[in-house]
Amino acid sequence: MMTLNAQTLATLRQRLRWLGAIPPIYVVLIALFVWIWILNPNFSQSTVFLSFLRRATPLLILAAGQLFVIVSGGFDLSVGSLITLTVLGSAVMLDNDPSRTWWVISVMYLIGIGVGLFNAFVVNVLRVSSFIGTLGMLLALKGLALYWSSGAPAGYLPDNFRIFGRGVVEDVPLLGRLPYAVIVLIVFATIAIFIYHGTSLGKLIKTVGDNPQAARLSGVRVSWVRTIAFVTSSVSAVTAGILLGGFAGVSTNVGDGYELEAISAVVLGGAVLLGGQGSVPNAIAGALTLRALFTLLNLLGLSAPVRFVVQGIIIIGAAAYAAYSMRRSSK
Amino acid sequence: MSVQSRARLARIRTFIDSLNLPAVYLILVITFVTAYLLTTLFGRGDFLSSSTLTNMMVRSVALGIVAVGQTFVILGASIDLSVAYLISVTAVMASYIMQGETSNIPLALAVVLGIGVVVGTVNGLIVTRLKVNPLITTLGTGLVMHGILNASFDNFVGAVPSSFQVLGYDNVGPVPVSVLLLATVVLLGNFILQRTTFGAHLYSVGGSEETARLSGVRTSRVIIGAHIICSLTAVLTGLFIVSRTGAGAPWLGPDGVYDLESIAVTVLGGTALSGGKGGVWGTIAGVFIFAILATLFNQIGMDTYLRQVLRGLIIIIAVAAYQYRSKEQAA
Repeated sequence: MMTLNAQTLATLRQRLRWLGAIPPIYVVLIALFVWIWILNPNFSQSTVFLSFLRRATPLLILAAGQLFVIVSGGFDLSVGSLITLTVLGSAVMLDNDPSRTWWVISVMYLIGIGVGLFNAFVVNVLRVSSFIGTLGMLLALKGLALYWSSGAPAGYLPDNFRIFGRGVVEDVPLLGRLPYAVIVLIVFATIAIFIYHGTSLGKLIKTVGDNPQAARLSGVRVSWVRTIAFVTSSVSAVTAGILLGGFAGVSTNVGDGYELEAISAVVLGGAVLLGGQGSVPNAIAGALTLRALFTLLNLLGLSAPVRFVVQGIIIIGAAAYAAYSMRRSSK
Repeated sequence: MSVQSRARLARIRTFIDSLNLPAVYLILVITFVTAYLLTTLFGRGDFLSSSTLTNMMVRSVALGIVAVGQTFVILGASIDLSVAYLISVTAVMASYIMQGETSNIPLALAVVLGIGVVVGTVNGLIVTRLKVNPLITTLGTGLVMHGILNASFDNFVGAVPSSFQVLGYDNVGPVPVSVLLLATVVLLGNFILQRTTFGAHLYSVGGSEETARLSGVRTSRVIIGAHIICSLTAVLTGLFIVSRTGAGAPWLGPDGVYDLESIAVTVLGGTALSGGKGGVWGTIAGVFIFAILATLFNQIGMDTYLRQVLRGLIIIIAVAAYQYRSKEQAA
């Protein structure tokens, strides 16, 4: 009898082992969702949930882009200013003329790719650490954005530009109203997941982040891989900027702080800073967790600045947990 | 050239070599001469007037003091991004406690220095005990301070008495008190690094923590010590700033970009981000270069936002120039 019991337990443990393999971020995320739902039962309605998701979309996209850079062993701090540049620059170039929308969006993506290439140039050729290099770009791009719009919000974004951020597709079966932003998120996330998890490029990014020297010796074109990572991050920032311009409108501080939130999200999603490990879905889950947490704090009646305190504590906590589990697994 | 003057030149050369100044002093001289020529050609006002020079010195004090502290943590292969918010906390708390009364100065000083020791210790403990990446650690503690400060205060608060403004505005003979303060911090910093066991240990921990530990250095204590020194310099910078503004406000630190700029001038001054190499003399040269450029931009009447663009690019170029030089030396 005893042996049988032990055997059943062992099989049960075997059967449930996959539970232990679930990244902790999803457990935290679900717990937060349940808590929010208890405080605000409307949260389970698809329209309410989708509008929460829509507001979180820019950060989710940004986290997916930032993951590429972090796994490759770097940081991209320039994304917040690139968002501001996208919003202010688009408003100035568009000036409420809907016929210009498509070429302005194209120009912004070209600028974004240019910024990504420049970041990569600074890191690859000038050999400046990505932290300092993109920090310099954070200052420079913010200055450029303000110079472009003469220091104040100027111009106007026409409706066919703003639709990506605030528009919804009506009468979608099951869901009701589906925000455009969520469609953009699904498209961007699918492409990012495919590139990172489905192609050899993803493996190369991890190899480069894990040990650039070894990667170079084994014939990997390290500079090229890093360039792809920085361009992906910049493209994610332009996409986030277009969405934010849509539902937040034109302001000079629209992108402020997004770089830190994106890095926090990626760390929450279990990526290892200084490279080598991470996954796109987990990074997106990390971003969603951060936003769910902010929503919860809001429901609990805490003031906006308290968010910073919580954000600070959780990124340290997440990084400490990651460091602890790495030490434990290496023992 | 006569034999005599050649001999004299050689003697000057030997003298300069004997000072053993970091190479950044060459860049400092070049920057100064270029700025002088540009101002004389295109600017308004005299670049070498005593008021301009004093102005430049005073500008250097705020950044210079905290940069000395930043040099300590970077030498130990750590970094501190929380200094900007600690500067704000200091400025706000000092002026809040003083309330314009001279008799409150000792209490205010005790409180802010105490806060500095606590913040430095917490940063150091998280880095050494929890093994969290110092960037994330100090980003986190910075966010916590930012949140607490903004939740408690949203404008100028309290006032410092005029007796305290001596620090910011008075002279001893021809020399501003603030410049004496900077000189003291630099000399003390240099003394600690060059003449004490702690300094020697800091260099060895930054060079290789493993080697230092094996040779009997208590590495955690050294890192925590460096973080405490860095936080204390941020407190001093905060006190200097509030003595100039007359009252503290939450945005004083972040608006001065003291986190990024203190790192930039340290790296520009030849201290390696990877730790173990450099010193405060190089950092101070970096600070002067930044002050000269700021004065130059001011005197040729450059647009505020373009200034910010250039500030970002100069950080990148400066670090790139240093990397290039050190690569040449290594080869």
